[in-house]
Amino acid sequence: MTGHLLDARLTVERGGFRLDVPLRVAAGEVVALLGPNGAGKTTALRALAGLQPLTAGHITVAGSDQDRPDRRTFVPAEHRSVGVVFQDYLLFPHLNALDNVAFGPRRHGANRRTARRSAVDWLARVGLGEHARQRPGQLSGGQAQRVALARALAVRPAVLLLDEPLAALDARTRLDTRAELHRHLAAHPGATVLVTHDPLDALVLADRLVIVEEGRVVQEGDAATVTARPRTDYVARLVGLNLHRGRAENNHIRVADGLLLTVPERLDGDAFVAFRPSAVALHDDQPAGSPPNTWPATVAGVQRHGDNLRVQLDGPVRVAADVPPATAATLRLVPGQRVWAAVGVTETRAYPAG
Amino acid sequence: MTLIAHPVRRSAGSRRPRGARRRGGGVPVALLLPALLGLAFLTLPLIGLLARTPWSTLPQRLAEPGVLAALRLSLLTATLATLLCLLLGVPLAWLLARVEFPGRRLVRALVTVPLVLPPVVGGVALLLVFGRRGLIGGWLDQTFGITLPFTTTGVVFAEAFVAMPFLVIAVEGALRGADRRYEEAAATLGAGRWTTFTHVTVPLVGPGLAAGAVLCWARALGEFGATITFAGNFPGRTQTMPLAVYLALETDVEAAIVLSLILLVVSVVILAGLRDRWISAP
Repeated sequence: MTGHLLDARLTVERGGFRLDVPLRVAAGEVVALLGPNGAGKTTALRALAGLQPLTAGHITVAGSDQDRPDRRTFVPAEHRSVGVVFQDYLLFPHLNALDNVAFGPRRHGANRRTARRSAVDWLARVGLGEHARQRPGQLSGGQAQRVALARALAVRPAVLLLDEPLAALDARTRLDTRAELHRHLAAHPGATVLVTHDPLDALVLADRLVIVEEGRVVQEGDAATVTARPRTDYVARLVGLNLHRGRAENNHIRVADGLLLTVPERLDGDAFVAFRPSAVALHDDQPAGSPPNTWPATVAGVQRHGDNLRVQLDGPVRVAADVPPATAATLRLVPGQRVWAAVGVTETRAYPAG
Repeated sequence: MTLIAHPVRRSAGSRRPRGARRRGGGVPVALLLPALLGLAFLTLPLIGLLARTPWSTLPQRLAEPGVLAALRLSLLTATLATLLCLLLGVPLAWLLARVEFPGRRLVRALVTVPLVLPPVVGGVALLLVFGRRGLIGGWLDQTFGITLPFTTTGVVFAEAFVAMPFLVIAVEGALRGADRRYEEAAATLGAGRWTTFTHVTVPLVGPGLAAGAVLCWARALGEFGATITFAGNFPGRTQTMPLAVYLALETDVEAAIVLSLILLVVSVVILAGLRDRWISAP
């Protein structure tokens, strides 16, 4: 056996869109599928839940095939050991919180009393013991989210699936709910797959990130690796880094015509170089002594970014630079302005692209 | 253009008192007049009925055995017909709303035929199928000794035939409007198709279902043409209120008025009661 509770290769072809995502999740592990809208994350989740049949590949849970088109195996959703927290929760509007949570245990063969007792227990665990009699319409967004979580967990699923679990909440509720969700996910003994387009949700909640773009995995790894070594523009934007690809030779990477960046690492061949926007310094004139990693650029746009200003630069490469407002005032940064950009060698990080 | 448009709009705004147009003061006569006429047209006959009711002899007339028998039969058959329609019509509506099959549009059209068919024609058609020499009626008679025409069961059949489209249309619309993702959520919680249907789908379309059942019941209660054709007019067995009204009209107008009044009161009370409870619920 693979040692993974969930072992899947999710291949779904549908009207010109192709999803092809290999996914392995160990028991107790939380994996986030992170990607922009339309990347196929929700399709992946629906396939795992049994709501969307695979066209190829397989889904195996604890060694048992759930969906494997080449062997004509398909276990329908109601017979899979999954729990799903849907994006807008989909709590049954005609049932109160308690009966919503008891619904799953009832369908799994528990009698009414046992199911209710288990539901009371789960509601207490998510801190909603006192709201058991309320209908979904009477619950706040955060409460509904917790009921949905309790409902999904109450069937003790081998695989817990969450589709944008925090997207429907306002910023404040989100913060509290995120912390609490983290606690529950950490306690879940099964495999957890979380779909989100919010990097913060993914970084906080997941042990491992799988980044999906246009139906394919573009990067995979723990939070530290992904944030330090992005491999696509999307990931770089998510984690707030400048990312460029080029050819490396020793300490140099040629990222564009006429721009050779010096990096601390020694590399050969295709490589990425990443640096923070705040590592980019701007100057009126070419810095004296022509130090490495300087190039002429044109200001394309200026926006507020936290306490600083984020300056988008055109030139041999497109780069974002964060400068304090005072610097921006001295340099009189307006679109079209010509400046010199500089990045310290030690501020860059290079890694192979292969 | 803009130079002209601007001052014109300003002067129009300043001349007209603000809000006066919006608060109903400006309902056009061309709409108001036919609307009031329409209202009068719908309510005057009911007022006429009340005006001509022989209030002094009402208690005795109500106590007449035929009246109560007809009322009881009407309520019984309309309710049984509604149950029959629910039993057959809800699955049919589900099929039309949820299953893609060839000829679905044709089937949907067929379902609505009894809506536009003159009820008498419906009664004749029922006779041709369920009559003692009909397509199915003959077999029913010979095999099980069951006869439908001119029986109380026949009344239920005639009423259900005419009333079922109301239910099917209402429920199908509700099913189409219901969010199917709730059914997916039920599936992920371990509910099979049938459990999902009974525990999630039906409650979700509850208001539509109730509205359809009420319409269906009201139509069944007022049914006349198909009933008299298929089930005849036997007091205590197939003579429902509308039939009794029609019959009484030829001999005793006051009796007809009393019967009509009862029918009116019963329908209004029941419909109003149900409407408040279910139909107007959000």
